[in-house]
Amino acid sequence: MTSRPSQPAATTQMSATDVSSRRADSPHQSMFLRMLLRAAMLRRGRATSALLAMIVAAAVATAMMNLYVDVQAKLRTEFRNYGANIVIVDNGRGSLPTNALQVVESTLGDRGLAAPFAYVVARTSDGSSVVVVGTDFNRVRKLDRWWKVSAWPGAAEETLVGTRAAAVVSPQGKPFDLSFQGHTVHVRPAGMLETGAAEDSRIYMSLSDFVSWTDVQPSTIEVAATGSAEDATTAIQRLAQALPAAEVRPVRQILEGEARVLNKTRATLLASAVLIIVTAALCVLATLIGWVFDRRRDFAIMKALGASERLINVFFAAEAGALGVAGALVGFVIGIGVAAWIGRVNFHAPVVARFSVLPVVMAGSVAVALLSAVLPISLLRRVQPATILRGE
Amino acid sequence: MFVRMVYESFRRQKRRKLLAGIAVTLGVTVATAMIAVATDIGDKINRELRRYGANLLVTPQEDTLDVEIGGVNLKPPSDGAFLNEADLPKIKGMFWRNNIVGFAPMLPANVNVRTGNDSKPVTLLGTYLSKQLRFGKEDFVTGVRITHPWWKVQGAWPDDNSNDILLGERLAAKLDLKPGDHLDLVDREPRVTGILSTGGSEDENIVVPLALAQEILGRPGAVRRIYVSALTKPEDALARRDPKSMGPELFDRWYCSPYVQSIAYQLQEAIPHSHVEQIRQVAQNEGTVLLRIKGLMLLVTLAALFASALAVSAAMATAIFERRGEVGLMKALGAGNTAVAALFFAEAMLLALLGGTAGFAGGTLLARQIGRSIFDSQITIQPVLFPVILAIAVFVTFAGSAAAIRRAVRFDPVFALRGEA
Repeated sequence: MTSRPSQPAATTQMSATDVSSRRADSPHQSMFLRMLLRAAMLRRGRATSALLAMIVAAAVATAMMNLYVDVQAKLRTEFRNYGANIVIVDNGRGSLPTNALQVVESTLGDRGLAAPFAYVVARTSDGSSVVVVGTDFNRVRKLDRWWKVSAWPGAAEETLVGTRAAAVVSPQGKPFDLSFQGHTVHVRPAGMLETGAAEDSRIYMSLSDFVSWTDVQPSTIEVAATGSAEDATTAIQRLAQALPAAEVRPVRQILEGEARVLNKTRATLLASAVLIIVTAALCVLATLIGWVFDRRRDFAIMKALGASERLINVFFAAEAGALGVAGALVGFVIGIGVAAWIGRVNFHAPVVARFSVLPVVMAGSVAVALLSAVLPISLLRRVQPATILRGE
Repeated sequence: MFVRMVYESFRRQKRRKLLAGIAVTLGVTVATAMIAVATDIGDKINRELRRYGANLLVTPQEDTLDVEIGGVNLKPPSDGAFLNEADLPKIKGMFWRNNIVGFAPMLPANVNVRTGNDSKPVTLLGTYLSKQLRFGKEDFVTGVRITHPWWKVQGAWPDDNSNDILLGERLAAKLDLKPGDHLDLVDREPRVTGILSTGGSEDENIVVPLALAQEILGRPGAVRRIYVSALTKPEDALARRDPKSMGPELFDRWYCSPYVQSIAYQLQEAIPHSHVEQIRQVAQNEGTVLLRIKGLMLLVTLAALFASALAVSAAMATAIFERRGEVGLMKALGAGNTAVAALFFAEAMLLALLGGTAGFAGGTLLARQIGRSIFDSQITIQPVLFPVILAIAVFVTFAGSAAAIRRAVRFDPVFALRGEA
C-alpha cells in the first residue's frame, strides 16, 4: 500500500528535519493509511489472531453455504439410481406409436434416460405361461442400475432370464423354446436377472428379436428425468404434448420419496449451517471486540491529540472493513476447498464452486467486523481520554 | 490459598467470567446438538426412506411363475401356492422385530364387474389397510397405509373388518363411480368408500380388506405375498456373504446386524414355506442414499466442532489477555510460572465444567427442537454423550487457553504492571 521502508518504532529519535522532509514529499492522505498499517504491524499477534478468526469463520460459512446449495444436485444423482420417475403407456389402444422412443428422447435431450418395454405372455415347451419382455438392454442397463445381472446378453437370440423364470424354463441354463401365437423361437439364456420384484418371473430379450418374433411393438416407455420435482413435472407436460396418443404418468412412489428425503436433508443441513455460522460469527465478534477494546490507548491518544469523532470512527471502521474483506477473500478460497474435499470424500464428485456465495460471505464478514468495531467505540466514546491513559 | 484465589477470581470478575462462560456454553451447545443430530440422522432418514415402500417381499416357496403385465394378473387365481395368514403376526416375534416398520399381505383375485349388460374382468387385491394385530402381549397396527405411504384415498379408507372397498382411480373413471356408490360384482354389491390413487397399476384395480378377497376366492386364511418394510443397515462386505459359508461366530454377527439379507433370512425362518427376496430397487438404493447423508452430516459435525472449539478458545484467549496486570502482580509477589499457569488452568477447568454442563442441557433442547421441527419426532440423546461432551469441552478450553496462558506467564511483571505489555 505504501512504498515507504518500514521505520523504527521510535520516530522521536529522528532529527526534526529528517521527519519534516519525509512528510513534505508524502501526501497528507498517507497518514491515515500509515496509521492503519502500523496498527496492524505493531500488534501483529492480536491482529493475526483476529484475522485468523475472520478467515476461519468465512471459510466455514462458505463451505456450509456451498454445500447447502450443491447437496441437492449431489443427492439427486443418487436418487436417479432408483430408476424411472415417469412412465409412458399406451392409453388402452394396444401399443405406442413406432417413433415414440425417438420423440421421447428428443423431448428429453440430455435431461433424462428412457427405455422401451414390450410385453407378451408366451408358452414354454411344457405349456406353462411366462411373461416375455422385449427391451433395449443398453438403455435398461443405465436406467435400472439395481438389476443384478450375471451377464448381459450381447448376441442375437440371447436372453436375460429372471431367477424364478429360470427355474421353470431352463434350470440348467440350456437353450429353450418359447412360442407365441403359433410362432416359436429358440433362445439361449445369456445371464440371470435378480431384482426381488416382478422382473424375476420374466424373460427379457432384445427388442429387435422380440418384434421379429411376435410383431408386438413397445407398450411402455420408462423415463428417468433428471432434476427436481418441478423439472419432472415440466418433463411430464412436454412429453404429454409430444405424444398425444399416450398417457404420461409420474411414478409417485419415487417422486414423493425423493422429495421427502431431500427436503429433510436440506432442512437439517440448513439448521446446522445456521448454527455453525452463528457460532463462527460470535467467535469473530468476541475476538475483534477484544482486539479493539485492547487498543483503547490508541483511541485515547488520538482523541487527546485532537482527532475528531468522525476521523476515529472512520479509522476504526476502515480497519474493520479491511479485516473483513481480507478475511472473507482468504476464507472463501479455503471454504471452497473444504466444500470440494467434502464432495470428493462423500459424494465422489467435487462440489462446484458457487461464486454467488462470495458476496454473501463478504457482506457478512464486513458487517460482523464493523459491528465489532462500533460496539467498543461507542462504549469508549463516553470515557475521558485521560482516564484511559491513566490506565483505569 | 489456591482455592481462595480461584474462588475470588470468579466472585470478583463476574462479568468476564460470564462472557467466557457464555462462549463455552454456546460452543458446547452447538457441538452437542450437532453430535446428537449426526448420530440420529441415520435412523431418521432411514424412516423417511421407508416412503419408497417395502424393501422385502415374501412369497410362497413352491410358487408357480407370476404372469402379470402392468398390474393385470393373468395367472389363474387358484393356481400356485399360498402363505398362511395366521403366520403373519410371527413377523413381530423375530429378532429384529423393532426394525419392522410394517407389512402388508396381498391376495389378488379376478372378478367380473357388471357395467350395463356387459361384464368386465378386473383384478381385485385383498390386503390389510390399517389392521390391528396382536403378537404375544404386543398390539400393533400394520397395512398398506404404512408400507405404501404414497397411496392416496379420496373419500375414506374402508375398515379392515368391513366388506367395503376402494376403487382404483382409472377404474372408477371408467365405471363412473363415486365414494358411497355400490359396485356391481355380479353376486355381491360392496360399498365404495373411497377412490384410490397410486400412480401405479393399482389405479386399475379394486382394493379390498383381505378377508373379503379370501371369501371371494374361496380360500380362507390364504395370502399370495407379503410386502415387508424394514429399517436396515447399509450393506457391506459381511452382508453380502453367504450365511451357509460362515463360522458360528461370524454367523451370529451377521444374524444380529440389521442387514436386509439377515432380516430376509429371519423372515424366512418366521414364516413357514416362504421365500424372501429383497426388493433391490428399494433396498439397494436406500443404502447408498443413507451412507451419503450420514457421511455428509458427519463432516458437517466436524465443521461444527471446529467452529465451536474456535469460539471457545478465542473467548478464553481474550479473557486471559485482559488479566496481564494480575499476572504481573502475582509474579511481583513471587509466584512462579507454574503457580500462575495452575491458577489459569484451574479456572479454565471450572469454566469448562460449568459451561459444558449448561451447554449439554442447551444442546439437548436444541437437538430436540431440530428433531421436532424437521422430522416430527424426538432426537434422543444418549446419556453416554455427557462425559464425552464434558471431556471435549475441557480439552478445547485447555487447548484454547494454552497459548494465551503461555504468553501470560512470560510477561515481564514490570511492563505488565505499567500496562505496556
